[in-house]
Amino acid sequence: MKIIVCIKQVPGSSNVNVDPVTGTLIRDGASTKTNPYDLYALEVALKLKNEQGGKVSVLSMGPPSALSAIREAIYMGADEGVLISDRKFGGADVLATSYTLCSGIKAIKEYDVIITGKQTTDGDTAQVGSELAEHLDLPHVTNVKEIEDDGEYIKYISNLDNKIVTGRIKKPCLICMDGDINTPRLPSYNRKKEFGECKDLIQIITFNDVEDKDETHYGLKGSPTQVERIFEPDKRGEKEVFSSGDLGQKVFDIIKNGKFI
Amino acid sequence: MYNKINNEDIAYLKSFIPAGRIFVGEEISADFGHDELGGIEKMPDVLINVLSTEEVSKIMKYAYDHDLPVVARGSGTDLVGAAVALEGGIMICTSLMNHILELDENNLTITVEPGVLLMELQAYVEERDFFYPPDPGEKSATIGGNISTNAGGMRAVKYGVTRDFVRGLTVVLPNGDVEQLGGKVVKNSSGYDLKDLIIGSEGTLCIITEAILKLLPKPSESVSMLLPFKTMEKAIEVVPEIIKSKASLTAIEFMSLNTINYAEDFLGKKFPDTNYEAYILLTFDGNSLREIEEEYNKVVDLCLEHGAIDGYFVDTDERKKSVWNTRGALLEAIKASTDLMDECDVVVPKDKVAKFIKYTYDVSKEVGLRIPSFGHAGDGNLHVYLCRDGLEEKVWEERCNKAFDLLYEKAIEYKGMVSGEHGIGYAKKAYLKNQLGEKQIELMRGIKKVFDPKNILNPGKVI
Repeated sequence: MKIIVCIKQVPGSSNVNVDPVTGTLIRDGASTKTNPYDLYALEVALKLKNEQGGKVSVLSMGPPSALSAIREAIYMGADEGVLISDRKFGGADVLATSYTLCSGIKAIKEYDVIITGKQTTDGDTAQVGSELAEHLDLPHVTNVKEIEDDGEYIKYISNLDNKIVTGRIKKPCLICMDGDINTPRLPSYNRKKEFGECKDLIQIITFNDVEDKDETHYGLKGSPTQVERIFEPDKRGEKEVFSSGDLGQKVFDIIKNGKFI
Repeated sequence: MYNKINNEDIAYLKSFIPAGRIFVGEEISADFGHDELGGIEKMPDVLINVLSTEEVSKIMKYAYDHDLPVVARGSGTDLVGAAVALEGGIMICTSLMNHILELDENNLTITVEPGVLLMELQAYVEERDFFYPPDPGEKSATIGGNISTNAGGMRAVKYGVTRDFVRGLTVVLPNGDVEQLGGKVVKNSSGYDLKDLIIGSEGTLCIITEAILKLLPKPSESVSMLLPFKTMEKAIEVVPEIIKSKASLTAIEFMSLNTINYAEDFLGKKFPDTNYEAYILLTFDGNSLREIEEEYNKVVDLCLEHGAIDGYFVDTDERKKSVWNTRGALLEAIKASTDLMDECDVVVPKDKVAKFIKYTYDVSKEVGLRIPSFGHAGDGNLHVYLCRDGLEEKVWEERCNKAFDLLYEKAIEYKGMVSGEHGIGYAKKAYLKNQLGEKQIELMRGIKKVFDPKNILNPGKVI
């Protein structure tokens, strides 16, 4: 099976600075990492590939520094990568981002399934996957916990707010995975030594390479969303909501596991 | 001999400790009758949650004058019965003395009360870009407890143990006198170092009521590498090679797939790789990624030459959590895998680690007990667990004693020590005596007598 996984490079920690004038994240010099939600998606793809063969391509959009996220995906086991990178693509909202990602999908050409993470830890919209499917006119499902190859279809289990949905979806299709569904494998030192800069494995797409040359479809110009202000949210602890079952026992377990008693 | 606590004693204690902080007889929770290792249980007669040095001093003066035994206790997470009131009497719990009193940025010190938890201290200083390196697995232990056992932990390879980070102590002597030992000074050549004597004395000499700890600037970067091996033998054999390479490492931990599986069940979380029998976990820290990368390239290449299958990068918060949370849970996970366990926390010279671990396999076969282990390969401190697994009490005791005898004998042969970081308490007294001999134990008894002539403080422990 040929799988494309969309990944994004995000700030390495939640302590990020915001440019007070433009209201955008200051990314220069700050540490970065691959969006943790995308790693769950990548793990699903790599596991499928391990089980039945095939190819995993990763696709990302971002500044040239995002190459390191693609390299890391290759060190984890992906076969190749595409980076869409051009100043003209900068400042894109959900609409412009998903439209631009289509150009990357077209560059990879052949695929059976596109897998995305649930959301990113910086933008947090959780919309790009679904909009990408719309641009590509593909069927898609979201909040997916598990998938299984089933010939012309993909079987899936989707974790919606108050119900679990099991179903199948015809290939080619797009699947947005849920978060915290597996433990992503770690990047391999051996693969890093073998592939190094991954020059032959990564294709870079700029504005010159895309079919649609209308600049108003890309970047800030192609983004109807206007961000008024970005700010660091107040820190809060993790929370868990329980609404059924033996609540007393659950509370007891939490307190005990936390060693309060 | 000690006096039994009577109504008059209780009335006196209640005259300055308000209700809600003093518990008598059956009011005391059963938790205060044992620590985290099964087998040794005894309830105190009175439990007092103290708030200040003055309260501790007042209690000790009274106990001294009336010959009442006293045991100090923090979170009760120790593993050798050190915080169990063998003679009953008064238990002083320091858990409510949990305030951070001062962060001195000019002297790079932090002053804390003894009930501050290790995890609270680490979080507090790291938020402010400082670093308290001692890192025992049990993060809910108190600092008072860490000092009392001279706890070590996973970063001892590079930074040392708790003793290396204690600058000063405020202590209450058995007769109620309060003394300051050491201070904020870096150097100290002023007579016998009583502060260092108190560290690791397991509450037998005095009660710690305040500690001045040394801090370091927080290293800005830290990367761990997880190295899989086909067998534990291969994994352990690489450790001397790493040490010989003179690389600067913060931690060298080893764990077997078996123990990882217990932790997966215990935590309900999968480990990122479970394809191999054994793993070595290395940590490198420093102030630039480039510097760290040079170090880990050197070490991982060396490990690959010596049988490592690969090296996996543990370089983001999420990855560190997935790997280190498992490492941190190994003890609890092994505990949950059996009905009862006992432990051996020997430390051997670093070049004997591999041999000792292999020896635990032989002992396991010889005595017929499951003996999982993990630990700090980089500093020679091993955590070896004897699991009861439903054996009848008599059989369990026999096999356990036999296994301990064999393990400690081997540790002595390798010029190791009975305990690396958990202490002696009650459970390991015989083994300590066996190793150190009568002369050294006599010296220790002499010291104990000077501090505590009536032997009222944590009686029956260590010596």
